[in-house]
Amino acid sequence: MLKSPMTSWHKTLLGAALVSASFASHAFAETTINALFMAQAAYSEADVRAMTDAFTKANPDIKVNLEFVPYEGLHDKTVLAQGSGGGYDVVLFDVIWPAEYATNKVLVDVSSRISDEMKKGVLPGAWTTVQYDGKYYGMPWILDTKYLFYNKEILEKAGIKTPPKTWDELNAQAKIIKDKGLLPTPIAWSWSQAEAAICDYTTLVSAYKGEFLKDGKPAFQTGGGLDALKYMVDSYKSGLTNPNSKEFLEEDVRKVFENGDAAFALNWTYMYNMANDPKDSKVAGKVGVVPAPGVAGKSEASAVNGSMGLGITAASKHQDEAWKYIAFMTSQATQNQYAKLSLPIWASSYDDPAVTKGQEELIAAAKVGLAVMYPRPTTPKYQELSTALQQAIQESLLGQSSPEDALKTAAQNSGL
Amino acid sequence: MERKSPLFAAFLYVSALLLAVVILAPILWLFVMSISPAADLAAKPLRWWPETPDFSRYATLLSTLENSAGAAFTASLRNSLEVAGMATLAAIALAIPAGWAVSRTPSIGWSLSLVIATYMLPPVALAVPLYMGLAHLGMLNNVFGLALVYLTILAPFTTWLMKSGFDSIPKEIEAAAMMDGAGLFQTLRIITLPLAMPVMATSALFAFLLAWDEFFYALLFTSDQRAKTLTVAIADLAGGRVSDYGLIATAGVLAALPPVLIGLVMQRALISGLTNGGVKG
Amino acid sequence: MSGTFMTTRAWALMLPLLVVMIAVIGWPLVDTVGLSFTDAKLVGTAGQFVGFENYAKMLASANFQRSLIITAMFAVISVAAEMVLGVLAALLLNQDFKGRGVLRALMILPWALPTVVNATLWRLIYNPEYGALNAALTQLGLLDAYRSWLGEPGTALTALIVADCWKNFPLVALIALAALQAVPRDITAASLVDGAGPFTRFRFVILPYLAGPLMVALVLRTIEAFKVFDIIWVMTRGGPANSTRTLSILVYQEAFSFQRAGSGASLALIVTLFVTVLALAYGALVRKAAGSAA
Repeated sequence: MLKSPMTSWHKTLLGAALVSASFASHAFAETTINALFMAQAAYSEADVRAMTDAFTKANPDIKVNLEFVPYEGLHDKTVLAQGSGGGYDVVLFDVIWPAEYATNKVLVDVSSRISDEMKKGVLPGAWTTVQYDGKYYGMPWILDTKYLFYNKEILEKAGIKTPPKTWDELNAQAKIIKDKGLLPTPIAWSWSQAEAAICDYTTLVSAYKGEFLKDGKPAFQTGGGLDALKYMVDSYKSGLTNPNSKEFLEEDVRKVFENGDAAFALNWTYMYNMANDPKDSKVAGKVGVVPAPGVAGKSEASAVNGSMGLGITAASKHQDEAWKYIAFMTSQATQNQYAKLSLPIWASSYDDPAVTKGQEELIAAAKVGLAVMYPRPTTPKYQELSTALQQAIQESLLGQSSPEDALKTAAQNSGL
Repeated sequence: MERKSPLFAAFLYVSALLLAVVILAPILWLFVMSISPAADLAAKPLRWWPETPDFSRYATLLSTLENSAGAAFTASLRNSLEVAGMATLAAIALAIPAGWAVSRTPSIGWSLSLVIATYMLPPVALAVPLYMGLAHLGMLNNVFGLALVYLTILAPFTTWLMKSGFDSIPKEIEAAAMMDGAGLFQTLRIITLPLAMPVMATSALFAFLLAWDEFFYALLFTSDQRAKTLTVAIADLAGGRVSDYGLIATAGVLAALPPVLIGLVMQRALISGLTNGGVKG
Repeated sequence: MSGTFMTTRAWALMLPLLVVMIAVIGWPLVDTVGLSFTDAKLVGTAGQFVGFENYAKMLASANFQRSLIITAMFAVISVAAEMVLGVLAALLLNQDFKGRGVLRALMILPWALPTVVNATLWRLIYNPEYGALNAALTQLGLLDAYRSWLGEPGTALTALIVADCWKNFPLVALIALAALQAVPRDITAASLVDGAGPFTRFRFVILPYLAGPLMVALVLRTIEAFKVFDIIWVMTRGGPANSTRTLSILVYQEAFSFQRAGSGASLALIVTLFVTVLALAYGALVRKAAGSAA
């Protein structure tokens, strides 16, 4: 190999170039960063645009290009953009991806950038969203779980005083509503062949105290994992669940609920204030929310960790600016200001009247739900595991396979 | 002229009506959805015609206000125009010499057959190396990179169409011009190309429609407003958080407008292009 | 001018096209072949040589076999339906009636609609809660309750085929119509005098004129149907329970969602092989049809 000797003359030149380059970036102001968000659940597109406007007003030297894709495209887009030099600088990532992103070096380790105030102020549960192997791969931004929403008017008509505390109670109440002819199929879920179905399933797994993995090997095919799927299948077969749930995503569930076509629905935080907005919703003012129920003798409430974080891509050439943007977006001030569709990650926000006002019911449910959030498995092969589980859920619902067999096959196909 | 029985005539009109309904109903419904208030579209029983047509969604999508949903849509519209336009121009530029060469020198025709045979390749078979190659060149998420990839879909088609166009222009005309001392390029420019103008126009339209329609490569190779095309933007709208079906329909109408207009205005040329290709193989 | 000069000149004129095609199709194809023998990941590792392991694994997998059957069903049924409907529509449009010109002009509309727009439109039409199909069928009394068209394995593939057919049969109709108009009037008149019934007339007088163009349309449509991706991606993404996961969707999943570029490449090449064999078989048929029509 030839070693090209770097003369001091070369070094000087290089140094000069670097210095002038760094000056240039300050002098000529504008740095453009590209950020990837999702167009599904949590903060609306309008919210994200408004937050970003506030950021660029405060930082006129940074320009932010926003990109919104459906949740279903978020993972693939992030991974594919890795190859392009001018890809995204900031990406939104789901709690299930840091393992894979860290292993494949999609995100950079930002542990050193996280300040002590951040560490102290943010809810401990939220940090699990961005951690893998003891390192931080971003800031948590969306602290979310699935709640049980109910239509107060329909429950009242059915003579039901309090919303269900257990999943069996949910079935019993839905049966009353069905038998009284108020709604043919009172419960709506998002069981489409997508990650959404896994979130509903995980909620039930947490209620039945099941486990996804034991010592790195699949364990969902027995015990609580199996009970959870059996519950879904029974609810589907009994006709209490809207049969179209098997092609619903979160937005379909919201549409059905807002149209008054569901008495109960499992969905994320954002539905509370959206369904209460008379502009789009027919059930405004009748929306009730409680933590997802538990199972008698096993759990009081259930919840899936559906949180998401903002991270910096390894390909980013503007990591400092990207972090500035992330810090702004996840700051307590920003989050408190937009606390209608997604709740803050900051502990003290939950006692701030500016945040809780008008959504006391949601905050009450959140305090219970967020405390029992159950994680989906942490593995670099999550996509394969999830795909296998989605198939198992759909095949069981459609009666193509028994829950036992379907989960066994999923365990074999999970790649673990 | 054969005479028709009244029964047969009635059968004809009923069938024609049925065909018209089958063709038109979905397209009309797309338009109706785009001007219906969201509440009408979620009504049971469904409202088939809005009480007051609402055209505001067109304004929303076509607004160019910075950092708005409209800006994202218009950016994708512009990208689609740019990519399809560039790819079409390049495809025609490649097709003219190649089509003429094969038409006048049949002995090299097998090379065109080989080029056309690439049509059989599923895009998934090329996607991974193309992705890595574009990444290497820094041309991912870039309209030029996408246009280059589209060229491979468009060029075989345009060359094939141009070749059949040149086939119908007698060699003798060119020979006569050359006898008068015109060089090859002069002959082509003065004699052949003007005669081939209609075929060239048809080929260009075909190429444009093909590029406008493309989805798979755009899905993989573009990521944001700098290169994302209309088809991807619409798939994103349909798959994401747009609970207003009318907005999705509006995007569909806007994306369909250019090809539908081209189709209606140029239909004679398009059909003859199609059938020429079809008959001659 | 000498023949060699002509040939050299022709090659020179072909060169730009060939260079582009080799750069953007030839090279990636060769690279895909190379990748298919490795365990490369999409991002990062280049992978180790693993021989035919990917091929063996993919061919043996239940997912592949199921996807192959689904793809074949989609291709055969949709193309067959497009051919039949297309020829029927062409026969109709070949008759004299008022409004024929307008109807023929309308036929271009579905074909001009971008595939993604078509898929989005039909997804809205099939919506289980608020879709136009459920509304129309129940209001006409043909259906007693709303149904989930894209959520049931029994109907999802059919629903996709209907959407695909609607877009593509008008194209077949236009090609067939152009061929029909080439049938000399006196031949049909003569067969009428001979007392041939409508079916005999179609079979022996008209069909020979249609055979060539229809065969070409058949080949092109079958190849396209075998490669189908867009319409499925937008409408079902392969669900419910993978009942509409065609080969292209499976390859996408393997290579891009799971980032296994190596096995994804081997799967893509297996698909390519199927399409090639299909096309060659059809090609032989086309030549035969062309021979008998002449």
